[in-house]
Amino acid sequence: MLELIGLTWDAPDGRRILDDITLSFPSSGITVITGPNGGGKTTLLKIVMDIEHPLKGKVLFDGEDITSLDTTERARMGISYGFQTPVRFKGITIHDLLEIASGKSLEKEDVNRLLAKVGLCGKDYAEREVDQTLSGGEIKRIEIASVLARESRIAIFDEPEAGIDIWSFSGLISVFEELKKGDVPVLIVSHQERLMEIADRIIVIEGGRVSMDGKSEDVLKKLLPSACPLKKNGERV
Amino acid sequence: MKKESEEIMRIISEWKGSFDCPYSIREDGKSIDRKDFGDVRIVPKADNKGLDVYVKEGAKNARVAIPSCITHSGIDEDVYNDFHIGEDSVVTIDAGCGIHSEQGMSRHSGKHRFFIGKNSHVTYLEKHVGLGKEGAKRVMDPYSEIHLEEGSTLDMEVSQIGGLEESHRITKAFLDKDSTLKVKESLLTEKRQIATTDFHVELNGDSSNADIVSRSVAKDESKQEYTSRIVGNARCTGHSECDAIITGKGKVYASPALDAVNEDASLIHEAAIGKIAGEQIMKLKTLGLSEEEAEERIIMGFLS
Repeated sequence: MLELIGLTWDAPDGRRILDDITLSFPSSGITVITGPNGGGKTTLLKIVMDIEHPLKGKVLFDGEDITSLDTTERARMGISYGFQTPVRFKGITIHDLLEIASGKSLEKEDVNRLLAKVGLCGKDYAEREVDQTLSGGEIKRIEIASVLARESRIAIFDEPEAGIDIWSFSGLISVFEELKKGDVPVLIVSHQERLMEIADRIIVIEGGRVSMDGKSEDVLKKLLPSACPLKKNGERV
Repeated sequence: MKKESEEIMRIISEWKGSFDCPYSIREDGKSIDRKDFGDVRIVPKADNKGLDVYVKEGAKNARVAIPSCITHSGIDEDVYNDFHIGEDSVVTIDAGCGIHSEQGMSRHSGKHRFFIGKNSHVTYLEKHVGLGKEGAKRVMDPYSEIHLEEGSTLDMEVSQIGGLEESHRITKAFLDKDSTLKVKESLLTEKRQIATTDFHVELNGDSSNADIVSRSVAKDESKQEYTSRIVGNARCTGHSECDAIITGKGKVYASPALDAVNEDASLIHEAAIGKIAGEQIMKLKTLGLSEEEAEERIIMGFLS
């Protein structure tokens, strides 16, 4: 279980981005963190992975205070992180990257299986380099696959829908529907209604504080205009 | 063969105790073993100064290996190897070189000329390495002169994988109509090593095409210098790319030049020099690698 206690973080220009945030995440289910841009959502995830360091507060993982541990140590504990803007590597193939992610050598079939989960054909992609020749949508799917390749105890995704084209979007949703069936807790920063709908819990962060936190359907009702509720299948009435 | 040569051979070639293709092995300034058969003929030049390698017209999937090993200091040699490739043939040439020395200086300069016949396809592999004690000066000065006839192709993969205190590489190419030159160069320097590489490519025939990609890593206090000149004398396309990673106090100087002499020449150069991007290290850290492991992995991929 992940616990965040009193997290506070200031931007380099002195603005307070996170203001004494305390949250805990159970050991399964999908939580979506949403809210206005600049509200501190991504910073919160980055603090969990030690990509940013809090001014005040603690991060606990399964009861252990991991605030002083670095990114590598947290990754080795099973915390996984999918970046909003994936980085590219000249000379490292998709197969290589998935091997690094999984921490072991992978057979072609293993790579194909992982790529299939994100809607890519291993035959076409496994030996391609993770470089500029991949489109924004392709590299985003590789990024998600790199998280799926790991034996995670918690999986974090920062705006997984960003850069994904409309044709791939339903595939992305099914990735998270699959993750929901598993026993690894998933933490997603997203603005996407469909992702919020499949979430178990939604947290709204505004102005550096938690403004709403509850069951997905309850928060969605408040978030979306009452005259325009969402049906179960996502169509507006 | 000396054990130092065996060690070198395993690194620079596909030798696993023997070759199953025509070969000539050079050790400490002389040829110690040679065998030719099939479509390949290997003829030593006078005074043991090198080889003439002939590949028959129409040869298919021929292969020839001419590794060169230096196992001690005090050797300073220029070796002249000429490759005469018949028309319509497909051949791979494996010409790696290594120097193993404990002290003093050793130098090898392989001066290779390629005469590639019409519509032939040559793959040229050249891996260079230095082994032995620190303090010894190992120098490699490779020179390649390439003549590509109409419709022919040369795929050249050259790499320097460490241990050489100095290297000065010169590559000159002259391309006829419809011919193609592809070069992939990888250079690694560390400590106080110095490497220079200089390309001069003349695209003389219509629809000729050159693609030169150089990737280098300069670690510690090492220094590298890249110069290239692509001359478009015809309706042609040329592309050169110099990508370098610097770590520590490494220095890289890149001076690319393009001469579009013909109005229909289309020439491009790209160059990027810098440290390893912080986001790349961070991504690999989120996958469980330490900072040092991440850096090593990025460099390994970059030079692969």
